[in-house]
Amino acid sequence: MRASLLLASAAASAVLAATAVPAAADGSPSPQPTIGTAGTSFLTATTVRPGQPVSVSASTGDYLYWSFATAAGQTGRIAVTVALPPAASRHGAATYTIDVFDGLRRRQACTAGPQNATAAAGTARVRLHCSLRQVRAWAEPWSDDPLPGTYYLRLTASGLPEQDLGLPIRADVRISAKDGDARPAGAKLKAPLSPAVAPGTTLAPGASPSGSASPVSSAPKPAERVKGWFSWPSSRWWWTIGGGVLAAVMAVAGYSLTRHPRRWFSALR
Amino acid sequence: MIFKRSSAGGGLLALLLASAPVAAPPVSADDGGPAEPPKVELVLDVSGSMRARDIDGRSRMAVAQQSFGAVVDALPAETQLGIRVLGARYRFPGSSKAVGCTDTQQLSPVGPVNKAQAKAAIATLRPTGWTPIGLALRAATKDLGAGETTRRIILITDGEDTCSPPDPCEVARRLASQGTHLVVDTLGLTLNDKVRRQLTCIADATGGTYTAVQHQEELTGRLNQLVQRAGATYRRTPEKVAGTAGCADAPTLAPGVYTDRERFSEHRWYRVSVAPGQELRASVSVALDRTLNPDHGVLLRAVSAAGQELVRGTDAGSGRTDVQSTGLRWSDQRTGADASASPSPDGGSGGTPVCLVVSNSFSAPAAVRTAPGMPLELTVDLVPSSDAPGEPDLGRGWLLLVVLAGTGLVAGLVTGWLARWRVAVWKEN
Repeated sequence: MRASLLLASAAASAVLAATAVPAAADGSPSPQPTIGTAGTSFLTATTVRPGQPVSVSASTGDYLYWSFATAAGQTGRIAVTVALPPAASRHGAATYTIDVFDGLRRRQACTAGPQNATAAAGTARVRLHCSLRQVRAWAEPWSDDPLPGTYYLRLTASGLPEQDLGLPIRADVRISAKDGDARPAGAKLKAPLSPAVAPGTTLAPGASPSGSASPVSSAPKPAERVKGWFSWPSSRWWWTIGGGVLAAVMAVAGYSLTRHPRRWFSALR
Repeated sequence: MIFKRSSAGGGLLALLLASAPVAAPPVSADDGGPAEPPKVELVLDVSGSMRARDIDGRSRMAVAQQSFGAVVDALPAETQLGIRVLGARYRFPGSSKAVGCTDTQQLSPVGPVNKAQAKAAIATLRPTGWTPIGLALRAATKDLGAGETTRRIILITDGEDTCSPPDPCEVARRLASQGTHLVVDTLGLTLNDKVRRQLTCIADATGGTYTAVQHQEELTGRLNQLVQRAGATYRRTPEKVAGTAGCADAPTLAPGVYTDRERFSEHRWYRVSVAPGQELRASVSVALDRTLNPDHGVLLRAVSAAGQELVRGTDAGSGRTDVQSTGLRWSDQRTGADASASPSPDGGSGGTPVCLVVSNSFSAPAAVRTAPGMPLELTVDLVPSSDAPGEPDLGRGWLLLVVLAGTGLVAGLVTGWLARWRVAVWKEN
């Protein structure tokens, strides 16, 4: 009985572990299923929700892609551990790199790293980190600032002896996002930076496209952050109201100081 | 006890049900959705060298057959699998090259798989002949046919091509550059240097992967992963488009994803019509599908019809990578009077024509062929443009509190003095 129960639960967890897609959002804090796949290009990147563990077995030299959505004010952080093939089968040092791209495939800077590391021939694993810049609520079209939308993570063996290609590795990825105040305050990007993924059509010269791509045919979009109406757009409300009350109190105090100075100064004596 | 058992079963069922919608691939939610099932063709080398007993003490052929059985058993219901073998009929050495190098046959056509039949067909194979990889790749591409989803070939081999020319890598690059979107994943059953170079070349040319197999479970695991990947990531492949050498005759693109090919130092032009109030978003990836010099870069520019540069995106890199990509955003920020003052050059269809130019700074050693060009992926999107935010209406910070408190105090003092002065004046009168 117990054995069968164990088997059943093992089978269930195996099914859960094998699922490659984030669980439907139900708001419960239950642990999210581990993702066991990775894409091989921007278009096939596996979607990961922040906090969801990823563990993928791959071959040395594979280019592994994941995508995640980030909302305004959030600061993304990525931690990757690559378990390398046995030292006996390797021929030299290997360099691994994580690159982060925004929805327009523009390279994103890491504010803290290391985003690339070289493993000597004898080491068993490489650890990589990348803290992203805080996502802004709005930026000029000409700027490179991080904006809400899709982000792509690529894990690359950026330098290694050619003989070491194809050996088994395991990559563990952890993507997390820390919330914060979105800047500039009160600004909003009308459409998140989530690119279309459906094939396009060539138009007759001079024709203008009818409508934009439907929302389902685009890469993952960030959820709108849920906030109370009073805390929106920011804590500025509290500062301003507090300042007003303080000003009123000071005005009354100043008035009474001039009208009844004795009350104030006799108390001091 | 029985009650407990049933409740445990129910719990399991609930778990499975809960995970069922999770297991559905994300692309199934696509609008319209791809009507085609994922299509994969397995190309298995049955050449004489597969007799070698060097994988866990068993012959390469036996290992491949066992893994293949496991993969067929675990095959997702909707995946269509075809099987092709090469070198199964004519002995190597022993038969003439002319005959041996035409030796590839389809064991089962691409379609719903009869698992028992497929396994039986593979189980009866014996290592025999030559290794015409290039020919097998061509035939496999034909088997998979044309269509709008990615075609995947999984090539399992233990030897280099004994029939080149044609070089199988060149064949793979040619096949990938024409017709449908093709990905070749390769599995090498040996650690031989020549085999590895050939297979990594084929994989790089088509955006596939290369795996060196040393153990039975590695082969089974990797095969399963590749077949699952074909099921999870198949979707409608990008539209093929041919960019031109100038803005005037460039193809006009709607939002979506496109592919093209670009040679070294070539410029490819495309046109997008951006309506007022719209923002143009474009990104481009150029794939490094051959041996290139280590430093490279890609440049994407948006240029107005008059030839004025509007915005550019650029990225450069060095070392081993699969694609080099960049992107840009642009929206018409001119004020209304300004915009209406300049006449729309394309006859007032409502949109400003904007040209996108893709150029690259790749170079290759002299021996590397430059044709066909490198694969280029272009994403175009038009979204409502976002206006610059105004200054915030509210304040924050300690300085604000000091200023407000100080103003309040001064106002109170002044009011108090005024009141005292007025009382004094009133008393005098």
